[in-house]
Order: sequence, then C-alpha cells, then structure tokens
Amino acid sequence: MERNQQRRQLAVMRQSLFDQEYLDEQFIQLEELQDDANPNFVEEVVTLYYRDSARLIQSIEQALEKKPLDFSKLDGYMHQFKGSSSSIGAKKVKAESTLFREYCRVGNGEGCIRTFQQLKKEYTTLKKKLEAYFQLARQVGPAETACRPK
Amino acid sequence: MNPSNGKGSISMASPSASWRAGDGVPDQFPAGLRVLVVDDDPTCLVILEKMLRKCLYEVTKCDRAETALSLLRENKNGFDIVISDVHMPDMDGFKLLEHIGLEMDLPVIMMSADDGKDVVMKGVTHGACDYLIKPVRREALKNIWQHVVRKRRNEWRDFEQSGSLEEGDRQQKQSDEADYSSSANEGNWKNSKKRKDDEEEPEERDDTSTLKKPRVVWSVELHQQFVGAVNQLGIDKAVPKKILELMNVPGLTRENVASHLQKYRLYLRRLSGVSSHPNNLTGSFMNPQEATFGQLSSLNGLELQSLAATGPFTAHSLATLQAAGLGRSTAKSGIHMPLVDQRNLFSFENPKLRLGEGQQQLMPSNKQIGLLHGIPTNMEPKQLANLHHTAQSIGNMNMQVNSQGGQNSQNNSLLMQMAQSQSRGQIPNEMTGGHVPRLPSTIGQPILTTGIGANVSPRNGIPENIRSAGYNPVSQTSSMLNFPMNNASELPVNGFPLGSTSGVSSLPSKGSFQPDVNSDIKGSVGFIPSFDIFNDLQQHKSQHWELDNVGITFDASRHSNSAQGSLDLAQSVLAHQGFPSGQMTGQNRNTATIGNTMFSSNNGTENGNAQNVSPHLNALLFDNPIRVKTETFHDSNPAIIFPEPFGQEDLMSALLKQQEGMPPAEHEFDIDGYSMDDISV
Repeated sequence: MERNQQRRQLAVMRQSLFDQEYLDEQFIQLEELQDDANPNFVEEVVTLYYRDSARLIQSIEQALEKKPLDFSKLDGYMHQFKGSSSSIGAKKVKAESTLFREYCRVGNGEGCIRTFQQLKKEYTTLKKKLEAYFQLARQVGPAETACRPK
Repeated sequence: MNPSNGKGSISMASPSASWRAGDGVPDQFPAGLRVLVVDDDPTCLVILEKMLRKCLYEVTKCDRAETALSLLRENKNGFDIVISDVHMPDMDGFKLLEHIGLEMDLPVIMMSADDGKDVVMKGVTHGACDYLIKPVRREALKNIWQHVVRKRRNEWRDFEQSGSLEEGDRQQKQSDEADYSSSANEGNWKNSKKRKDDEEEPEERDDTSTLKKPRVVWSVELHQQFVGAVNQLGIDKAVPKKILELMNVPGLTRENVASHLQKYRLYLRRLSGVSSHPNNLTGSFMNPQEATFGQLSSLNGLELQSLAATGPFTAHSLATLQAAGLGRSTAKSGIHMPLVDQRNLFSFENPKLRLGEGQQQLMPSNKQIGLLHGIPTNMEPKQLANLHHTAQSIGNMNMQVNSQGGQNSQNNSLLMQMAQSQSRGQIPNEMTGGHVPRLPSTIGQPILTTGIGANVSPRNGIPENIRSAGYNPVSQTSSMLNFPMNNASELPVNGFPLGSTSGVSSLPSKGSFQPDVNSDIKGSVGFIPSFDIFNDLQQHKSQHWELDNVGITFDASRHSNSAQGSLDLAQSVLAHQGFPSGQMTGQNRNTATIGNTMFSSNNGTENGNAQNVSPHLNALLFDNPIRVKTETFHDSNPAIIFPEPFGQEDLMSALLKQQEGMPPAEHEFDIDGYSMDDISV
C-alpha cells in the first residue's frame, strides 16, 4: 500500500540518517518523548533548533570576519551551538563544533574558518534531510517513526 | 524522631509542602516534584521540559537566570529543585547557584555541555548537588528527586540537632554530608551519608520537605565573617550561638553556623593532620616535634598551643598554611580555598587525616608556631575538628589534655617523660593505635594543636601514622612525646635536617620524616589562606619543625634529662610568643603556652615554619577545646600514644580519660570526610 510503502521509506530514511551518522542516540531520546500529547514533538524541536541556531551561526560568521579573531568569543558561541546541536542529536554538526572549539583553543584562525565552512555544510545538509524526513513522517502518520534503529 | 510523614510530628519539619496532599499529589513522590529549569538555549529548554514531564514532574521553564530568581523569591516554597545551565548570558550559572543556595536553600543541579573537570569541580564547590552533562538524557533526570529527599533529610536532621549542637555535630555532619554526597563528594562522605540514607523514609522527607531551612552557601565573604567571629570568640569559645550573633547575618541560623563550624573544625584538623603528602598525613607536623620532643616535645605542644591560641588566624594565613601544608600555595581564593579545601580535605582527608596519627604532624615548633600565631583561629576550629576527627589522634588529646590540665608543665613533663621513656618503636605503635594520642594530649596538645593537629599522628614518623583519624590529636601529643623518643632515636640519625626547614616538619619520629618535613614546611609560609595549610604544614612539618630544636631536645630527652629542660624552654618560648590566651580555654592556654615556648625556642630555626605551625596549633588548640566540648574526653586510650613506656601512664590516662569521648567521635569525622555542605565552596 501506499501507506506501507511510505512507512518503509520513512524507516529507511531514518535508518540511513543514523547509519550515515547525521544523527545519534540523542535523536532517539527525542523520539521517545513524542507521544499523543505531542505527536510532532521531534519536528517541533528540530524546527526550534534550526531557528535558534541560525542566530548563532550568524554571530559566528560575523565574528569570523573581525580581525583579529576573538577566540574566546568564538568559543563561547560555539559552545552554545554545540550544546544545542547535541541536544537534538546532530552528530556530524556536533563533531565539527568540537573541532572548531579546538582550533579556537589553540588560536588557529585558519582552522576555525575552515572548520566553520564544513560545519555549515553539515548543518545545512542535515536540515534538508530532516525536512524531507518530517514531511514524509507527517504523511505517514504519527505512529510510524518509532522503530529504533540498530 | 521520625517526621512521621510530616504530620507535624517534628516540630521543625512542616509537612512537606510539595508532596503533601496539599499539592494535590500526595505521596506519589517523586511524581509532582516541582522543578524549575533554567537555560538560555530554547531547544534544550523545551527538550528538558518534555523529559521532566515524562517523569511526571511539574516543570517550570525559564530562560533567564534573573527571571528564575524572581520566580523563586516570589514563591519560596514553590519549587523543590532547580536545574540550571552553567553558561547563561545574563548571569553565570554558578552565581545563580549561590543565590539559590543562600536564599532558598534548594537543591540545584548544574548542567552543561562542558564536561571538563574544572567546571564540574566548580559545581561541587559552589554547592551544586549534581552536575549533568549535555545532552541530558531522560534517565539522568529520572532520579533527581533523590537530591530533594536528601536535602530534606539533612535539614531535618539539622533541625533536630539544633538543640544539641555539640553532640549533634556529628549528626549534623552527617546531614551535611548527606547533602554533599549527592555532589561529587568523596567517598568518605558517602560512608557517613549512607548512614543517613539508609534510614531514609518518606516520612522524613515529608517532614523535612517543608522545612526549607534556607541552605546557607558559605561564600567567601560569609566565611570570612564566620572565621572572624570564631577568632573573635576564640576557638574554644566559639559556639554556634555566639558566632551567629557576632556574624549578624540575617537569615543565618544557628544550625547553619553549627554545621559550618563543624566543618571548619574538621578542616582545620585536616589541615594540620592531613597534608597532601603522604607524609603529611602522618602529621608532618609532628615529626619535627617528635624529634624535639625529647625536650621540646613538650614545648612543641605548647608552642603549638600557643600558636593556636594566638589567635585569629587570618584567613589568609590559614590559607597559606594550608597551602603550605598541602604543598600548594595557591592563594587563590582566600577563604574559598579553605572552604573548598575543607570540603575536599574533609572528605578526602579523613582517611588521611592522620592528625593524630602520630605522624608527626607536630608542627615545626619554631617556625611553625610563629606562623600559627598569626594564623587565626580560623583554622583552628576547623583544624581542630579535622584533627579530632581524623586524628582523634593524640593531637586532640593533647590539646584537650592540655587544656584540661592546663598544665604546661605537666604536659611537658609528660611529653618529656614520654619521650624519654618511649622508644621510637613504641610510639609509632601507639600512635597508630589511634588512641594513643590521648595521653600525650595534654602535653602534646599545645603543640599538637598548632601543627600537630593535623599531623599529630603519632609520630611514628610514619606518614601513615594518621591512623585513626580520631586519634590524631592525641597522637599528636604522643607524637610530641614520641618525638622526643622517636626523634631522639631518629634524630641522631637524621641529624635533623629538618631543623632547617621552617615547615612544621613534623619530624617523623622515625626520622623518616626528615625528608618530608623539610620540603613541606617551607612552603607553608607562603600559603594561601586555606585550611589546607595545615595539611601542608604537616607535611613539611615532619622536617621543619624546629628540627634544630628537636634534635637538640631529642638528644636531651634521650638522656631524659634535657627533656625537662626543654619544657622550660618551651614554656619560655610560649611566654615570648605572647600567646594570646584569649582563644584558648584553659586547655588551650596550656597548650598555647607550650606552643609558644616552643616557638621561642624554635624560632631560631625557622620563622616561616613557625607560622605555619601556628595555624595548625591554633587549629589544634581550637580543635581540642572543641573536642572537649563535644566529646567528653575520656581517655579511651590512655596509653594510646605511648603504650608502655609512658611513665606517665597515670597522667595520661587521666588525660585520656577526658579524651575518651573523643576518639569515638573522631572516628565519625573520619568517616565522613566532612560534609562541607555549609561551607561555601
């Protein structure tokens, strides 16, 4: 059936997000919080995340344009960003954040800029994937996303 | 007394508001737990809220610390627990933590993506009852209710204790410890805490839940006030009530002060008895003392005492001492250090506090004592406490004994005798016995108090002497006594290199101290005013203590003649020192004088050390008085320190008798590792 096919598709999509390490365990935690009272909880949280973190991304971008680089400030932003990203389970994004912070710590501006570019890429990629995922999920219906990977 | 479900059975505990039927969620605990979440990250906030709701808690979210504070202030009893992020734009999470602790006394859990040890430690020192690493999992939130219960229980206990603080010290300590156990406390605490936890009952919880005794966060300023008040009153006279009056801080209860005082004492004790160095533990202080004990031993004790009596240690000096003692001279946070250290010390040190362990934490009489003088009693109480607890050692005993006997001469003579009669071997054995210290206490006390307190451990010269935590104080005396003996034997061998070091080099009676002593004590001079000084000192002590003197005395004592002479010397030293007797009660006086004398004599060697010693002494001294109060000193181990050789047996026994009460008490401390709950971290 259409619905079943969609469900399968959804499950595959979800699984691949995990397999490709875009998402980690924390995402599952979010999924577990989803219930009848909040049937779209995960989507809501992710949306909130992207909205809020966009500000941070912008702040970091601006800070990276300043010369000389204020590493502690950058680190502060990134620390926040990392906290947010990790709470939704954005694995790759989190990894890049950690790397960025390391560069900040040693004062490597070049490394920071490079890493930030990579981070933005991952960030955007994940956003697109999740958007597609949620779209399908809405079509499939509430109870479909609950299969745990692994 | 059990709160009986908060049916008001306990006068203090009012029915637990949160969980009572009044809230609509009667006894479904932990469901209905009222949580306040503070985090500037909206994503995290939403997730946390959901997670907590899933745990059936009542959640209120807040994205700014200021808002959270006002919410809490408006609704003093509206929340049971607070979860806060560390990094927030408008206010640092730790600051919020302090505020909450001070004003509302609620358990606070810190959160952060940062899992660095420093940050977590900061959480501990600021009084957070737990620290969660982001991303937070639901499992981690499921059990946060334990912190609420724990706190309630502690509060409840504190209240119960309020009447009899002295006796309740222990209990309070327990409560405090329980409180602390939730945070990253050392295992020591857990032991004691376990005691309480085991009895945990819902009823208790209920009763205490409403009993929201505002938990006092002992910030640096507050602690300074506390210390000042204690010094003003004098270690031996520093009772919570009076301290409270002196401090005049609104909202501060006697219980708060009492438990803080308890910790402080432990801390001081720990300082003197436990140094970070293994040697220290043994009571580095004692070491030198031991050596000198031959003659000086008594002096040392006296000096120490005098030092102790000398009075108000400035927090700074204490800190320094601590630092020195611990070998760290981080003058970082002045009071904070001590507090923190105390905490740490207490918890960690307990086992290590060999205060009485005969280790020789006899502070280097000369220098140390001098230092001690400077060192306000701040340290002492704590130290004493520490000493008592950990050492239970002779040091305490000594102190007590001294105070009791107030007989410097007696002490001295005891010491001397001990020294003379004892052979090295004996003392160590005795010391370890843990209660040996008792005997010498009188003698050693004065001395011990200062530096010994912590390390008074019978100088077995074994850094490990700190055996019985409780007996350290006693051991101190013994160490003192021992010193002569041990030192005598050892000294010759070592040639008292220690003498040079000003540290309280508690000469390891075995002469093994020497190496340790020297190193440590020296440092003490520049310590940060932390309670650790004692510890550090102790370490050094072994060597530093007036080794010079010690050596001399030892020989003298060895010959069992000079001992007497040393006493005189010690006494004179004390006299010179101008030992402020204010602080010390009768007991202290004696010890103080002794200490003073010691110093005088020792002054030559190391001025710096003396200072170090002072704090210890003070601590010791103070501690002793305190101990006396709380514990009826019985000489549980009359011959703890010097088992047989003591000719003084009788005297010692008498002394010990008083101490008797102590050792047992001491142990408690030992275990607990000192709940520093009240101590602001």
